[in-house]
Amino acid sequence: MMKNDNRPTLPPQAKRSLGIKATNFISNLVIYVLLTIITVIWLIPFVCIVLQSFRVESTWMVGYVLPQKWGLDNYMALFETKFPVWYMNTFLIALFTAAGQTIITLCMSYTLSRFRFKLRKPLMRFMLILGMFPGMLGMIILYNVLKDLGMTEASSVPGLILVNIASSGMGYYVSKGFFDTIPKSLDEAARIDGATRLQVLTKIILPLAKPIVIYTILTAFMAPWGDFVFARYISNNNIDGMNVAVGLYSWLNLDQINSHYTMFCAGGVLVALPVTILFMCLQKYYVEGVTGGAVKG
Amino acid sequence: MKKYTDLEYLQLPKWKRLVYTLVCFVCAIPSGIWNFVKKIFTAVVGFFKAIGTECADIYFTFVNGDWKTRVSFVVMGFGSIARGQILRGLLFLAMEIIFVVYMFAGGAHWMGQLMTLGTRGPEKVYDPIMDVYNTYYHDNSFKILLYGVLTIFFIVGLIFTWRINIKQNKISQQILASGKKLKSGKDDLRSLVDDNFHATLLSLPLVGILVFTVMPMVFMILVAFTNYDSLHNGYTNNLFSWVGLESFNTMFNWTGDNVNYSVTFGEILSWTLIWAFFATFTNYFLGMGVAMMINKKGIKWKKFWRSCLVMTVAVPQFISLMYVSKMFANNGIVNGFLLDMKWISEVLPFWTDVNWARVMVIILNVWVGIPYLMLMVTGILMNIPQDLYESAKIDGANAWQQYTKITLPYMLFVTGPYLLTSFTGNMNNFNVIFLLTGGGPNMTDVPGVLGAPGETDLLVTWLFKMITTSEPAAYNLASVIGIMVFVVVAGISLVVYNVMPSIKNEEDFQ
Repeated sequence: MMKNDNRPTLPPQAKRSLGIKATNFISNLVIYVLLTIITVIWLIPFVCIVLQSFRVESTWMVGYVLPQKWGLDNYMALFETKFPVWYMNTFLIALFTAAGQTIITLCMSYTLSRFRFKLRKPLMRFMLILGMFPGMLGMIILYNVLKDLGMTEASSVPGLILVNIASSGMGYYVSKGFFDTIPKSLDEAARIDGATRLQVLTKIILPLAKPIVIYTILTAFMAPWGDFVFARYISNNNIDGMNVAVGLYSWLNLDQINSHYTMFCAGGVLVALPVTILFMCLQKYYVEGVTGGAVKG
Repeated sequence: MKKYTDLEYLQLPKWKRLVYTLVCFVCAIPSGIWNFVKKIFTAVVGFFKAIGTECADIYFTFVNGDWKTRVSFVVMGFGSIARGQILRGLLFLAMEIIFVVYMFAGGAHWMGQLMTLGTRGPEKVYDPIMDVYNTYYHDNSFKILLYGVLTIFFIVGLIFTWRINIKQNKISQQILASGKKLKSGKDDLRSLVDDNFHATLLSLPLVGILVFTVMPMVFMILVAFTNYDSLHNGYTNNLFSWVGLESFNTMFNWTGDNVNYSVTFGEILSWTLIWAFFATFTNYFLGMGVAMMINKKGIKWKKFWRSCLVMTVAVPQFISLMYVSKMFANNGIVNGFLLDMKWISEVLPFWTDVNWARVMVIILNVWVGIPYLMLMVTGILMNIPQDLYESAKIDGANAWQQYTKITLPYMLFVTGPYLLTSFTGNMNNFNVIFLLTGGGPNMTDVPGVLGAPGETDLLVTWLFKMITTSEPAAYNLASVIGIMVFVVVAGISLVVYNVMPSIKNEEDFQ
């Protein structure tokens, strides 16, 4: 009987008359009902999108959910479009971004958490202020610079990877919060035993930081699948340089939606499936990251 | 005004406490502003003092220096090489050579044109032999601005390196004078993985931030003071040039032809703030509620509930949001279902009516945001010491009292920083708005405003429209909006930072 009712469930009079066991039962029942309703609401869109991806009789938007004719036609049709190219683009971007971003973020957060150097505070303050500018503003110039380097439109994949990795130093907060929780006495003990700073990092901190490393890889890998704004600007409507988000978005344009709506659903399912499974498997680490990072700000 | 002591304050009735706190806050504003001005003043004075000391130090280094030091004033790194620190010396020298080469290769050229941003636009020249008009392109304002800014960065960097070079000479001289030995190149290298390990680790991320974040931002802030748009793109049609505050004038003119801009800006800003407020707090409290329900003792299948809800975190937002947006379209599933059931006789205008659209984005944002909150809150709830609840129960506190007196204060304290970042993050929440409504329905009362702003547009989505779909694309106005977003976010953060204790003392949390 610890904190078994944090929510108001029944007025105090009812409590007295029902006894603690009955109150508990009723409040639990109410919670179960609420949770079921919430879960259903949460899952409806996902169920709908899966169902509609199997609809064969028409390709446009309809006002009903259950297909009248089932089939895999929409999935087959995907392979006749540029969808596989987009998929590959996104996968490559996600892979390289995950690798690069993890290294950069860990360097940044570890340093800011562990070292006390003269420019530390000004640097952090500067990055905080920098983060207050809407990043979208930089798009125009980045587009022009990448265009000069030949990394836009059809070959926008390397450009997107470069920009994703280069700007990842700004998002150090969550992992810094995690490093802050590893006791400093560990470092000091190792230092006294004669380890260099590099050895402290590789031999002591990194093994302990496994959750945050996985968290960083996971978020860095997932972000490009939903990256829309920048990818759209860089690819500049070139069909070969799009990622899945931009490509599928173009299918919901007014002139395409009638012929591509169910294919959008099928494509969405194919994109969401691996990402979701990956996320569900590594959920534990994600929770650790989210909690730690939020508390530290 | 009468100041209460803590004891007197606690004896006041609740509403009087509130009034007292408010009055205190208002009274503190003038002194707060005064303190702020004083702080800035001291900072400026301190800055010039620091420059003064630096100059004096450089002067004395030169006067007291030997010939090696003095040569280093011109040839960077000479002193280090002459004293046997070859690695360091070569690095300094390399910096200087790179700088000189860059300046000659074009840096000086770009710098020189920075004031005008180019004088010779594209020219059409008639070619009598071929009987055609050929266009010749000359200056490129965009590149002048870009490389001009880059050159300034380079110069500042070189000045700093030069200063370090001088300091090095001074220190080496002192060390040698006291009869000790200088560090060898090997020692220097070793310090990069040891004493100066932080420099090694930070170099790569900082270069990335400098090139891909800082430089674009500086460039874009400067663009706000030019007339850069797609009709003046600086190369192929017209050059652009400095126009001072004209773009700000367009945006914030309360009279005259451009009054529509200021009206639109006001409307969008107020909607942005309303949206951020509701998006943050609905998520926060509902998410907390769901987390507490799932974590309640005696509730089974905790993992199942949690996994179902986090689907919205796992599935990429563009899929879920775009799909949901279509679900609520006029010919979408929801309207179809309601019509079939005969619950409504005509479609509900989810996205076509202003009020419907605004409420819908807030509700759907809850759908997106609650799972995230739930995951976060779950961890924090576990950390609340259980004995607090025990003793509260013994004192006869009911569930509601326990919540308001224990859970909520604890949560607010711990997640204070998160609330702030979440508020500012929501102000810039591009995805939810753009993918759900695309900013629509369009504003009808402000014709002629670039970017075709809609009723649910946030400042950032308006900015995005300005640089992508607008005809002509108004980069200068977009940049003004960006600066205003910064001002608003910075202002809010500044106030909150000064009120909240848990952010101020970053070290206390470690």
